[in-house]
Amino acid sequence: MAYLRKVAAIVWKDIVAELRTKEMFSTMFVFAVLVIVIFNFAFDLRISGERVRQVAPGALWVAFAFAGILGLNRAFVAEKDRGCLEGLLLAPMDHTAIYFGKMLSTILFMLVVEILMLPVFTIFFGVNLFDLRLLLIVLMGTVGFAGVGTILSAMTAQTRAREVLLPILLLPVAAPVLIAAVKATAGILDGLSMGEMVLWLQLLVAFDLIFPAVAFMTFDYVVKE
Amino acid sequence: MRDRRETILVVLTAVSVVLILAALYLALVGAPDANLRSETGRYAQRIIYFHIPTAWVGFLAFFVTFVGGLGFLRTQKRSWDIVALSSAEIGTVFMFGVLVSGSIWAKPAWNTWWVWDERLTISLIQFLVYVGYLMLRSTVEDPSRRARFAAVYGVVAFISVPINFIAIRVWRSSHPLMFGSEEGGLAPSMMFAFFFCLIAFTVWYAALMWHRVRLERLRDDVEALKQKLLG
Repeated sequence: MAYLRKVAAIVWKDIVAELRTKEMFSTMFVFAVLVIVIFNFAFDLRISGERVRQVAPGALWVAFAFAGILGLNRAFVAEKDRGCLEGLLLAPMDHTAIYFGKMLSTILFMLVVEILMLPVFTIFFGVNLFDLRLLLIVLMGTVGFAGVGTILSAMTAQTRAREVLLPILLLPVAAPVLIAAVKATAGILDGLSMGEMVLWLQLLVAFDLIFPAVAFMTFDYVVKE
Repeated sequence: MRDRRETILVVLTAVSVVLILAALYLALVGAPDANLRSETGRYAQRIIYFHIPTAWVGFLAFFVTFVGGLGFLRTQKRSWDIVALSSAEIGTVFMFGVLVSGSIWAKPAWNTWWVWDERLTISLIQFLVYVGYLMLRSTVEDPSRRARFAAVYGVVAFISVPINFIAIRVWRSSHPLMFGSEEGGLAPSMMFAFFFCLIAFTVWYAALMWHRVRLERLRDDVEALKQKLLG
């Protein structure tokens, strides 16, 4: 319980900081909208009508993934810039609490952006994304993406290349999440039942469990001096 | 002690050269023609004797990087990091070789340089993981932190490879299966050449590893001597 309270304290700190600056949320959201606008330019001349449905899941998850990378980068670079990471590390708690706190706050910010993006996407792409099952898939995909992204972000924030390096390390590793999430989203658009997509859901669950566990075991090596 | 090691290394290098030359002979001349109609197809098919062993070494090398990373995290010993680094560098080259040789084969066989098939995709992703691994190393200055970061990334990325493979496999597949399939599999008479090449490439990998590890050790020695001389 004490451990959970520490994790919650970090999440709360991030939420308060974000509510005061609003810089992360606004950048992520505007960027995600821009990705969709760019996708519309890119596909506009070639694809119309029913075929929008075929590219919609991919465009949606590319927007989520790119916005997520922005959020993940801020999670540790901001701490590092203001010298707060040292403060966090000095706090009397297990370092993995920092990992879970940062992961949860990233998931939270991503989810807020994603939930706001769904109506925007519905308007721009003309596909109906109002489906409770889709929210579940968005949640699972986001947990997987942030789970592996948080530990890699903690590393890249301490390298010379900083923000630029994160997508290069993260995207190959997170490819299964994106594949599974895109496939499951497409399944919902095509009107499949959850039973028909069970393989993709299993893959997402496996990913969501494995990488936080790996990070739990290795996070100490990433932050210790 | 040092001298005996050097002798073993020379012998290992010589053995790997002989094995690779023999493998080349077997692949181009020794192995029987494949049961394919077109002449181009029969020639192109012979690339598998080098293509698959290259892929095998490419993935094996990443396993060694993973083990080296685990070893480093447990013991904090530089020698484990050297193993991980050396294997990653060799693996990068082999993985690139897989992509190139596969494309060369795919052109006559599938009439296209590239398809987003499971094994092609996973090989490309594995190559990008190697590139990321080496880039990560190059952007961290402090040696102990560099080794720790590389080890953690090696572990995370290694675990993602099978998950990636499953994801891509469910996603799509058109690559010929080499074993256990009715069509497109290897005939028993080709097996000898195939496994010979597999062993030859593995020995070659071991020789390259040894050379690369030795190089890194020497580099460390030079660095230490420099420090001693200047300090």
